[in-house]
Amino acid sequence: MSELDQMYREVILDHYKNPRSHGVLEPHDAHAEGQNPLCGDEVTVYVRYDGDVIADVSFEGRGCAISQAATSMLTEIVKGRTAAEVAVMPKDELLEEIGIPLTPIRLKCALLGLGVLKVALHNSKGTPLPEEWQGMGDDLDLG
Amino acid sequence: MAVSPATRLDAHKLRADFAVFDELVGGKPVAYLDSASSTQKPRQVLDAMREFYEHSYANVHRGVYDLAERATAGYEGARAKVAAFVNAPSHRELIFTRSATEALNLIAYSWGLDNLGPGDVVVITELEHHANFVPWQFIAKRTGATFAHIPIDDLGELQLDHLDEIASRGNVKVVANNLVSNTLGTINPVEKLAAWAHEQGAIMVVDAAQAAPHKKIDVQALGCDFLAFSSHKLCGPSGAGALWGRRDLLEAMQPFNLGGEMIRSVSLDRTSWNELPYKFEAGTPAIAEAYGFGEAIDYVSEVGLDAIEAHEHELVVQTMDALAEIPGIRIFGPPADRRTGIVSFELEGVHPHDVAQILNWEGVAVRAGHHCTQPLMTRLGVAATTRASFYLYSLPEDVDRLVAGLRKVKDTFGV
Repeated sequence: MSELDQMYREVILDHYKNPRSHGVLEPHDAHAEGQNPLCGDEVTVYVRYDGDVIADVSFEGRGCAISQAATSMLTEIVKGRTAAEVAVMPKDELLEEIGIPLTPIRLKCALLGLGVLKVALHNSKGTPLPEEWQGMGDDLDLG
Repeated sequence: MAVSPATRLDAHKLRADFAVFDELVGGKPVAYLDSASSTQKPRQVLDAMREFYEHSYANVHRGVYDLAERATAGYEGARAKVAAFVNAPSHRELIFTRSATEALNLIAYSWGLDNLGPGDVVVITELEHHANFVPWQFIAKRTGATFAHIPIDDLGELQLDHLDEIASRGNVKVVANNLVSNTLGTINPVEKLAAWAHEQGAIMVVDAAQAAPHKKIDVQALGCDFLAFSSHKLCGPSGAGALWGRRDLLEAMQPFNLGGEMIRSVSLDRTSWNELPYKFEAGTPAIAEAYGFGEAIDYVSEVGLDAIEAHEHELVVQTMDALAEIPGIRIFGPPADRRTGIVSFELEGVHPHDVAQILNWEGVAVRAGHHCTQPLMTRLGVAATTRASFYLYSLPEDVDRLVAGLRKVKDTFGV
């Protein structure tokens, strides 16, 4: 299989063109947004809880096929799990689901949605936030 | 644009100077269409730098021994070449920096902090690279000055009819603009802006990083007060940039970085600064890189800026004509005769990062992203664009490969 067919395999293009759980979730208990400055990907994730369980999750955003498809796949993985479980979910679990070879730069695209979700969980449930996501959303206050 | 035979360049012949074009990258010869980001380096520059390191290297301005003399002569000789390249009145007004970005930061800090305050207006444009936008936004905020921008029209041309409104907002003290837009290639009317800035009693700061490699620059004809550019976009090494500034302004400014060569004398209770240009060159500079900068200027000058400009124009026309034939492609920016060798576009339904990824597998290197011009992206209503850009070694065949690659992108995404 060529590199092209491997990266842009059918399931990726399907999730990109028909994203699951897309749009603002109403009502929601938590949300967070993040950007990937390398290619301008943007993702906002919304979460509704039933106790500590993620009862529903959605996202909106714009960006490359990898970032949007990965976030779409992520929503299917995390529904029904507890916030604590998802907070420590290893990124390899999502990467295996995506199932394509990724260069270090494209890895940032693929993991954007997961990072944003972990920020949303951290802000609403106080779950641990890995160091690599802690700067997300920080910027210079020029207002 | 009329091109006489004397001003033509032979890109096929020039490519012999660039080893990378003899190689396969990822299994294919590379169609390198990202020269606006950084150019490839000819062996003449690389050989000269190696020779310098092997036979003439020591720290500059210090030792009294032969090697130190040679190194200093090489470094200062490069300064003279870089100053002459933009027709600076004196090489003492030419400061070596790490990059064009550092040069622009130097002005914003050293001039801006002492000359801006509440009631003053800092004017930039919607087209600026972040390097000529964020330092001014930051210093305006710190000093309480108003931060105003000149908007662009749908073709990416500055709307100068907004200048009166901007002037009504306070004392215009600085106008900062790029001579060529790094995203759209637009050639901006810097002479007009400089004249307007001076009518307001303001200084004119020109970011020429994207202009200097592609067209002749004359700081005296432009009428500007500061001009910044870099080595790595004109066949020289990275790590070297240049700031030209009017002597009276530079003399009056406080230094930017402190220590090393910029110092005249130090005691426990006071320190005085070295003369120009050393006052702004703290620490050991990028000696061999500055030397290589000078060699790169020799190289592009020998090819000829007029020939480079004409060559890029032909490639831009070819690219814009070919892309116009592809349904779903939207080209940003002005017509070919109002831009240098840059074509930014989007392909409907496919993110630029995906476009660039698939083009890479075809051996075509383009840039995808916001190109450090996020306010411009907002104005254009996109998150990112795909950008193809050219230099003296670019070929019509590179453009053909870009177009073929874009058809593959369309097939893959079914758009």
